[in-house]
Formats: sequence, structure tokens, C-alpha cells
Amino acid sequence: MAERTIHMPKRFTGVSPLNFVLLVALGGVILTSMGKVAPSPQQLADGVPDMTRLVGRMLPPNTDPDFLARIARRILETFQIALVGALIGIVLSLPIAWFAARSVSPLGRGNLLAKAFVSFLRTVPDLVWALLFVASIGLGAVAGTMTIVVDTIGFCGRFFAEAMEDAEKEPQEALSAIGAGRGSILVGAILPDIMPSLVNSSLFALEKAVRSSVVLGLVGAGGIGQELKVAFDLFQYRNASMIILTIFVIVFLMEVCTDKLRARIQ
Amino acid sequence: MLDHATNTQTADTTEQPQAAPLIMACGLTKSYDRRNMVLDGIDLRIWAGERVALIGSNGCGKSTLLKSLIGLHPISGGTLECFGNPVGAQSSRAQRLQMRRQTGFVFQKHCLVRRRTVLSNVIHGLYGDRGSWRAFSHSLAPEEWRARGLQALDEVDLADKAMRRADALSGGQQQRVAIARALVRRPQLLIADEPAASLDPVSGRNVMNLFSQLCRAHGITLLYTSHDMDHAIDYADRVIALKCGKVLFDRPAEKVTPADLKVTFDG
Repeated sequence: MAERTIHMPKRFTGVSPLNFVLLVALGGVILTSMGKVAPSPQQLADGVPDMTRLVGRMLPPNTDPDFLARIARRILETFQIALVGALIGIVLSLPIAWFAARSVSPLGRGNLLAKAFVSFLRTVPDLVWALLFVASIGLGAVAGTMTIVVDTIGFCGRFFAEAMEDAEKEPQEALSAIGAGRGSILVGAILPDIMPSLVNSSLFALEKAVRSSVVLGLVGAGGIGQELKVAFDLFQYRNASMIILTIFVIVFLMEVCTDKLRARIQ
Repeated sequence: MLDHATNTQTADTTEQPQAAPLIMACGLTKSYDRRNMVLDGIDLRIWAGERVALIGSNGCGKSTLLKSLIGLHPISGGTLECFGNPVGAQSSRAQRLQMRRQTGFVFQKHCLVRRRTVLSNVIHGLYGDRGSWRAFSHSLAPEEWRARGLQALDEVDLADKAMRRADALSGGQQQRVAIARALVRRPQLLIADEPAASLDPVSGRNVMNLFSQLCRAHGITLLYTSHDMDHAIDYADRVIALKCGKVLFDRPAEKVTPADLKVTFDG
């Protein structure tokens, strides 16, 4: 029997000239950007004393009972904005995602229109939506809720549509063979199959909504962010530190709750 | 019955009823890419009450033919009639839905909705009826539908598993649920695509026995594909062999010989 020679494969395959040029170009862009916008060691060193002074003025956080009561009301409002906005957004996302999902959409190839709509909602930052709603609806919590609704549709619309596209095809085919329409297939086969994914995305959306709703007040769209802006504008740094602490606790608690819910679902 | 002239062996023409066939295909063709013909001039007739096995090697077009019969895969050419109505581009949506409602379909991989209860899956078989959105779940379904679902489950001996999740059952049990789902509407025609292929030999034989008994008891026409020659010969009145998208032979099950099978499955 003839002796065979076995060649050890190379650890790394060669880089094509095109890939090499692209890598060099990318490196150039990153280095140029760092030179323009990254903080220099000198700037960081200069900033430390100011930051230390600011932190000193923030301590101890304000624990005045009247102030805490006002914060509690604002936190409740923030939570309401997040909850109601996310809920309405999630409900509206379902039909929009159905229209956007490839191979499932009742619009056929028109699904691209629905997809583009969802992309548009996602592309515009939530603070810009908040500015638009404050300008059109007026200052306050309703503008904040509308912002969260739009933001949630942008987020859930995409993930719901992807889940629908990835849903098991066999049960859909089985219902289609029986004579079920598109709506029946959605309700009977697709939604039950993707339910864990829907709940998961919805919990992320709720978490995101809570985080977003705390900053919406900065542009006048209600919630605790409004108090934070006032505190900074009036140099009430002890109030600001208490608000930041409260926001941290709320967001952290929210994440713990949603993590536990997700773990139970999976 | 076989009308096909080319590339076929002799067709043993047993006496057929005078009534119009339930399924009639003439020169049926199907291709997915306009180059390769998956079905290439299929002629066949199936009468009410018959039990017909469709055999052939992998890729010979069996599953495509079954799915074309109920319009799941649109045909490329020829004519196809099911329950006296055209199937294909010339059929209206209403005709297509009506035809599907008279047909039960059992797939090789059960195709159950895993996260729903067994009873809900069986009631899904009533989708397409008036007010069928209520077939979404047994909780919302009318009492009559729940009773029909439970009766269908009883027929496949799974009534005691009605409230279990579908994915909690064994493969054989899931296939029996799929049969109950197909039968809950009491279809005139039951189509099964390799119903025993994913099951062990004992479960496979149990499922085929069940098919045979229920179709006989309810007078349902049965058309199924199988790779298992025992399943094809033992449970069918007639065997149709496909090869390269054409009908190779079409004869009573008792007249199928080992030589026929060799020709069918040899490359």
C-alpha cells in the first residue's frame, strides 16, 4: 500500500488584497476618529478635580421627606409612562410585525413597506420623538407615553417580525392544508410557537421603556427626568444625586424582575 | 386508474365503479425551477372509498403530488380535479378552501403546534369552518367542537391525554393526534405523507392499522405514501408506483410482485 502524506492545514488563511485594503482603511478611520473625539490623558487629568468637586457637592443625597414624596410621585408617573407606553406599543407591534414578516405577511411582497415603516420608527432616537410629541401634544406625561409607544413599535415590530419568519413551517402548512386562512394560521400556529420569544422581547421592551422614560423628562415629556433637569438647572446637586440613586434602584429592580420572568419562561 | 401510456408497465385494470372519480389528474406536471420536472405527465384516477398507496424512491415526486392535489403546491401543467372541482390556477379561492375542508392531511412529521394542548390541536382541524377563529383553543371553541375533538381523540385512544401539551407525547402518540386532527371534520378524503416514516416499526404498524380501520369505518378514501412495502401492500387496495416523476405502474396491491418493487426502487 502506497504511503500517504498528510499535510497540516495552515493556522491562518491568507487575506485577499481587497480585504487588506478594507482593513487598512478601517484602521485609518478608527485612528483619525480617536484623534478627533477621544479624550486625551491631559483632558482626563484636568477633569478629575472638577468631577471630585461636583461629587462632593452631590453628597449626601437629599433625604428631606417632602422632597422624597415628590420624587415618589414622579417615579410613579415615570413607571406609568413606561408601562402604558410599552403595553400599547407591544399590542400595536403584533399586527405591524405580521404585515412586515416575510412569507407570512398578508401583504405579500408589500411587507417591505411595513418593514421600512418599522425601521423608520427605530431610526429616529426617542428624544427626537419626545421633542416632536411635546411640540404637537404639549408638555407632560402624554407626550412621554406616545414616545414610548413609537419607540416600542420600532423595537418589538422588528423582533416580532423576525420571530414570525422563523416560526416552525410544518404546523402552518398543516393548518393551510385543512383550509385555514392567513389569520387563523397566525393565531393557531405562529403565535403559540413564538410565544416565548414574544414574551422575551416584550420584557426587554418594558425594560428599555423604563430606561427611556427616565430621560424623556429632560425635554419636557414628563416623569422623573423633569425633576433631574430642574435639579441640575438650579444647581441642586444633592437633589440630583438622590434622583440618580432612585433611577438606578428602579432600573435595577426592573432588570431583576424581568430576568426572573425570562428565566421562568425558558 | 392509469391512463398513462409511456414509460409504464402494464396496468392491471380492475373493475372500477362507474361514478366520477374523487381525484382525476391528466398529464399533470410540476417543476420548481422550469428545468427539472418533479412530476412529468401524471395520469391517475382515484375513486371514493379506495385505499391507495403511492410508492417510489426519495425525490420521485410522491410528496409533491400529494401536496399538489390539494393546491398546497401549484401545478405547472395538465389538469387536476378533486371532488369534481378544478385544482390549480383555474380554481377559485372558495373552491380551494371547500376542497381542503373535505380533505384531511397527515404529514410525516406530525406538524402539531407543540405548545398547545392535544385537544386544541385536534380542534385546529376545524379551521376553515364558519367562526373558525374559535378553533384557536379548546377553551374558546363551542361545546360541539370540543365534543367532536374529544371523540376524535377517543377514536385514536388518546382521550385521556386531551389536556397534555402536544410536545409531551411520544412520536407515535403525536402521529395519532395528527390523525385525530385530520379526521375531526370527517373528511371524504384522507391524504397521508409517509405517516409511519418517523416511527419505530411497532408504532408505525399501529398507526397504519389505525388509519386502515378508521377509513374503513367512516368510508373515507385513503391516499398515502410509504417507503415500507409491507405498509403499501397490506393496507392498500391499489398501489401506484412513481419513478422520476412518472407513473411506473398502477395495480391492485395483491398483484404487486417483488420484481415490481425492484424496478421501482432500483436507480
